[in-house]
Amino acid sequence: MKYLLDVTTLAYKEELCTGCKKCTEVCPHGVFAMENKKARFIDRDRCMECGACALNCDSMALTVETGVGCSAAILKSMITGSPATCGCDSPNSGGCC
Amino acid sequence: MKFTPVQKSANPEFLLINPVRISPSTSSTSTRKIMETSSVWSWKDYVGQILARTTSARNTYLVQPGLYRLGNPDESSLVLASANYKLSFDKLRKSLPGQNLWILVLDTKGVNVWCAAGKGTFGTGELIRQIQNVRLDLIVRHRKIIVPQLGAPGIKASEVRKLSGFSVIFGPVYARDIIEFIRLGLKAPDYMRKIHFNFVDRIILTPMEFIPAFRYFPWFALPVIFLFSLKSSGLMFHDAILGSTPYLISALASIFAGAFATPVLLPFIPTKSFSIKGWIVGLIMALTVSSSMGWLTADSRFLLPVFVFIFIPAMSSFIALQFTGSTTFTSMSGVKKELRYALPVYKILAAICILLVIADKIHMEGYL
Repeated sequence: MKYLLDVTTLAYKEELCTGCKKCTEVCPHGVFAMENKKARFIDRDRCMECGACALNCDSMALTVETGVGCSAAILKSMITGSPATCGCDSPNSGGCC
Repeated sequence: MKFTPVQKSANPEFLLINPVRISPSTSSTSTRKIMETSSVWSWKDYVGQILARTTSARNTYLVQPGLYRLGNPDESSLVLASANYKLSFDKLRKSLPGQNLWILVLDTKGVNVWCAAGKGTFGTGELIRQIQNVRLDLIVRHRKIIVPQLGAPGIKASEVRKLSGFSVIFGPVYARDIIEFIRLGLKAPDYMRKIHFNFVDRIILTPMEFIPAFRYFPWFALPVIFLFSLKSSGLMFHDAILGSTPYLISALASIFAGAFATPVLLPFIPTKSFSIKGWIVGLIMALTVSSSMGWLTADSRFLLPVFVFIFIPAMSSFIALQFTGSTTFTSMSGVKKELRYALPVYKILAAICILLVIADKIHMEGYL
């Protein structure tokens, strides 16, 4: 299943890639593949902005604005003004995670 | 071989690569003791799983952080990291029958690995803290720790290595693949690296969609029942039932459409947008309910079908949008985009629905 197209904030600077393959290892949606010792997008729209690739990219070739893809959390942050986090530890977390 | 830490600490090799302490440990020394676990579930674990899947019991379903011994591990046995949400920990150990290894449980405040990684509680700092707290360097001879792949949003492997001396190896997404992952020499083929979201996954998640939705039901039902009980001669119970029943049925139908039917049928409903998916299912639900209840042909309450066709799709759409929090593939940017379009529409439709209910009541009283 794929979510909305062309919304992800995932950005990639190929010139910084050292070919360590970490992004292909940590991405749970198969966004990356290796080609000529460089990472390459195979399906950027599958990105869910979890941030695993960017955190583990030591050459800073990957950046992404991470956040939860959770409507309840985003609505709550709109009302309270606090950052949108998964409310798994509160009793009113709804179905979130 | 039985584990004896004193003997190992005497080994100069271990003293050499003793890690740098970066943060003072906050927990008591009691977490240093090694706890026992096994791959077998007791009946309590099975009951606990059901409660955690359906009730708020999941908020307090935890295990103690620290080091666990599964089977009879020794200094060369593998170390697996996990979260202290009991459901996560139980899934992991259940998938390890006949294995001898160590499980290092991080303190994620009872939250599963993936969510906790997103929050940063299943994170680089906590992993290093636990490694040092249990003195993992004295317990195993190797310097490897297997971290679930879904922990990667919180764990920076290079940092863990630099500060603790342990190399992070990202294991498979699913605990059920771990044995094969070990058999392949700690290598995960592509299929182990991807998260799925199949029919069963979605069914399991629906109770936590419709149970919270039902909590809001009285806030809708009570004002409606009160409105329809109002009479010039006082409060009338009979009129309250007659007038409000269609609204209560509509609310229940929209919960069913948005919290159950949409999640379960998710990939088969057209469009990628959750709000539109929910709206489509809600529209079908509105048609089904209004025609089977005979509301389409009831001349006496002509406003009722108008309400039903606005309210059920809109409510179903809103509830379906909340399911984004339970999926494995929605992004924050995507959900924000949906909310940008949908939220103003929901507000307008909510106002229209309130007016329609009031107008229906006035009409029933013979004024409209």
